Amino acid sequence: MTYLTDAPIDSHALIARVVRPSDGAYVLFEGVVRNHHEGKAVESIFYDAYRPMAEKEIEAIVRDVEREFPDVAVAVLHRLGHLIVGDASIAIVAASPHRAEAFGACRMMIDRIKETVPIWKKERGPDGEEWVGWQGRC
Amino acid sequence: MRPMKVRLLFFAVLRDIAGTDAAEWSLDEGTTASDVWQRLRGAYAQLSDYTQPPMIAVNESYAGPETVLREGDELAFIPPVAGG
Repeated sequence: MTYLTDAPIDSHALIARVVRPSDGAYVLFEGVVRNHHEGKAVESIFYDAYRPMAEKEIEAIVRDVEREFPDVAVAVLHRLGHLIVGDASIAIVAASPHRAEAFGACRMMIDRIKETVPIWKKERGPDGEEWVGWQGRC
Repeated sequence: MRPMKVRLLFFAVLRDIAGTDAAEWSLDEGTTASDVWQRLRGAYAQLSDYTQPPMIAVNESYAGPETVLREGDELAFIPPVAGG
């Protein structure tokens, strides 16, 4: 399974991959590039990753989510490279016989991905560019 | 002590600072991941304030700073992640 892509994300293809006849709901989450961050204007973002490790980490999170929500089927795709405002950087689909589990699984996926998966972003705007999270941390 | 070869990978801000995405270092046996970070701090002024290493990955898995490196290991320092 590959969870990373350099191409624009096709969420409908992702939905088609996971939704089963027994599902009564699916939740689609898309993270999109916004035009501001901490008061600064943002025009584009470059996403970088430690690809083989990111694939493994996302795979481990998918397994954890499936353990926590056994009736849910999930799919995830994270885009890398140069993205502009409005582009989807990540899409997650969680399909389930009932909606509560679909919402829960989708929420758990995105929260865990933000915590541990080795993916980074460099924001670019009129004031210059900066790797998010580096200054003053570490 | 016998020397061993370890492959260093640089990502995101660390790639910009190091000016390369990978390097092969010859290290003494017993060298820890944290020891390598201290050498990087010495080599790159932009890292001198960062007394503690960021997260560490050895062979594509998270590992502690005191992890002892082995011949052929792939070591990466993981700046604060920002996926999603």
